[in-house]
Amino acid sequence: MIIRGFAHKLGDDINTDYIISGKYKFKTLDMKELAQHIFEDIEPDFIKKIKPGDIIVAGKNFGCGSSREQAPLVIKNAGLSAVVAVSFARIFYRNAINNGLPLVECDTSNIDDGDELEIELEKGIVKDITKGFEIQINPLPPFMMKLLQDGGLVEHFKKYGGFSIE
Amino acid sequence: MSHKTLTEKIFESHLDREPKVGEVVVVDIDFAMGQDGTSPLAIQKFYEMGGKKVLKPEKIALVIDHGAPSPNEGFSNLHKLMRDFAYEQGIKLFDIGSGICHQLIPEYGFAGPYDIIVGADSHTCTYGAVGAFATGIGSSELSAVMLSGKLWFKIPASIRVVLSGKLPAGVYSKDIILYLAKLIGADGATYKALEFDGEVIDQLSVDARFTISNMAVEVGAKAGIFPVDDKTKLWLKEHGRENVKDLSIDPLANYESTIEIDVSKLEPQVALPHRVDNVVDISKVGDVPIHQGFIGTCTNGRLEDLEIASKILEGKQIHPKVRLIVSCASKSIYLEALRRGIIEKLINAGATIIPPGCGPCVGTHAGVPSDGENVISTANRNFKGRMGNNKAFIYLASPATVAVSCLTGKITDPRRYL
Repeated sequence: MIIRGFAHKLGDDINTDYIISGKYKFKTLDMKELAQHIFEDIEPDFIKKIKPGDIIVAGKNFGCGSSREQAPLVIKNAGLSAVVAVSFARIFYRNAINNGLPLVECDTSNIDDGDELEIELEKGIVKDITKGFEIQINPLPPFMMKLLQDGGLVEHFKKYGGFSIE
Repeated sequence: MSHKTLTEKIFESHLDREPKVGEVVVVDIDFAMGQDGTSPLAIQKFYEMGGKKVLKPEKIALVIDHGAPSPNEGFSNLHKLMRDFAYEQGIKLFDIGSGICHQLIPEYGFAGPYDIIVGADSHTCTYGAVGAFATGIGSSELSAVMLSGKLWFKIPASIRVVLSGKLPAGVYSKDIILYLAKLIGADGATYKALEFDGEVIDQLSVDARFTISNMAVEVGAKAGIFPVDDKTKLWLKEHGRENVKDLSIDPLANYESTIEIDVSKLEPQVALPHRVDNVVDISKVGDVPIHQGFIGTCTNGRLEDLEIASKILEGKQIHPKVRLIVSCASKSIYLEALRRGIIEKLINAGATIIPPGCGPCVGTHAGVPSDGENVISTANRNFKGRMGNNKAFIYLASPATVAVSCLTGKITDPRRYL
């Protein structure tokens, strides 16, 4: 899986309330509609600043807080292709993989807003094309890689009729 | 391996073998829960997975608490989806007025020692207070549990938190967990289980322990587990769980680290906007005027919390520039608070009682602050926009600190008012 896009840099501890505010997510299951409000509380009009395929780059503990699965779904439905962060909170981590949203855990300190990135998930590399350097990534655990390659938990269940590792 | 963490003991009881930290296992789920912010998506995914019948409907509960009663038509339609699904599948539905999921699950005897419980809500870790391994999951995983009765886990490493000393008057379990958040930060226990030990546990009621386990996720933890003692057993017996097995902590187990907190020296703690780990001693807060107080939530909406607040407020009036909103964590707490005269004292002091539920904490209804206002709340999160307005400021504290601050109109140390 090769993913290419431009970086949108955010800070540490970006919680799922910031990804999609509770005041919207409780009202509808229409993720396209919810995506209009992505990151609204911390960066108004964020949705207007992104192009399809762009990549979120953040610090530590991305996705902390609420268990809302709407968070990774809204990121996907906003057209973003992956999240690269120093670390992830565990419920978001599972939710993202369960919905086929690629996550990459690595040092993001040298990536700047607007850098063009290329992620090679299987090789475990993030390339900063703009600056010309490579970062080694902490690989996904094998079972989570399988879930991601299957396209998420729904597809995994359809394929195996349950968890394939039982 | 004769010395085991609480987490290892609980997983061993499900695997019938010793688990290894870091291994991925699939286990039977003892109980699963969803609320109205997460269940509608879980129902949709359940059908997408090809689901027709929920495998073990008696092990699932759906709770309408985040917008109860419904504040708008969007919510109403999602509530209808939940009601119809629960009815068709024979699942227990807690409808409006019942209370908050994290109070109801233990109150109805669905949580106990050695149980592995998942809930589509991050604060599912609350049930660790009664010896369960309980953790938050997303909607898709709730669908998977409804279909298969199982879920996969990576066995987490555990951190032992030793609470020693004697809790001073005016300092509560909320202050302990806020202090822990200050100590280790919002990601201090990510992917790990917190396990509580030490002489302070004896001084804490089960209500007070729920407060601590509830906020385990605020430091990133997967679970926050207390050992089981006579208080736990009595509480469980009163809530329909008899003859539970012992679950004791073994300090010689393979703990990744140990954190020691001497509570004797602890001051009341306050989390400042907009981070749960932005915690300071109350003496360092300075002059902060308060416009709204909120006592309730899955963190601090229990009988003990309401009683502490009512004792402070009895016979007094809250500051004229402050609104105080109170929500009991469940219907049974509400009824008991009525019987004991707690609600009357709170109303006479100027409080507004809203139905049991999550409302103000998650910004859905019943107490959205205005631009620039300061709110002091007993909740577990103070993120920007959390209460429905990103131009308001949320401070987190114990019920005593919230009650006293509502009297004086500014953040105030409760120790001078006890």
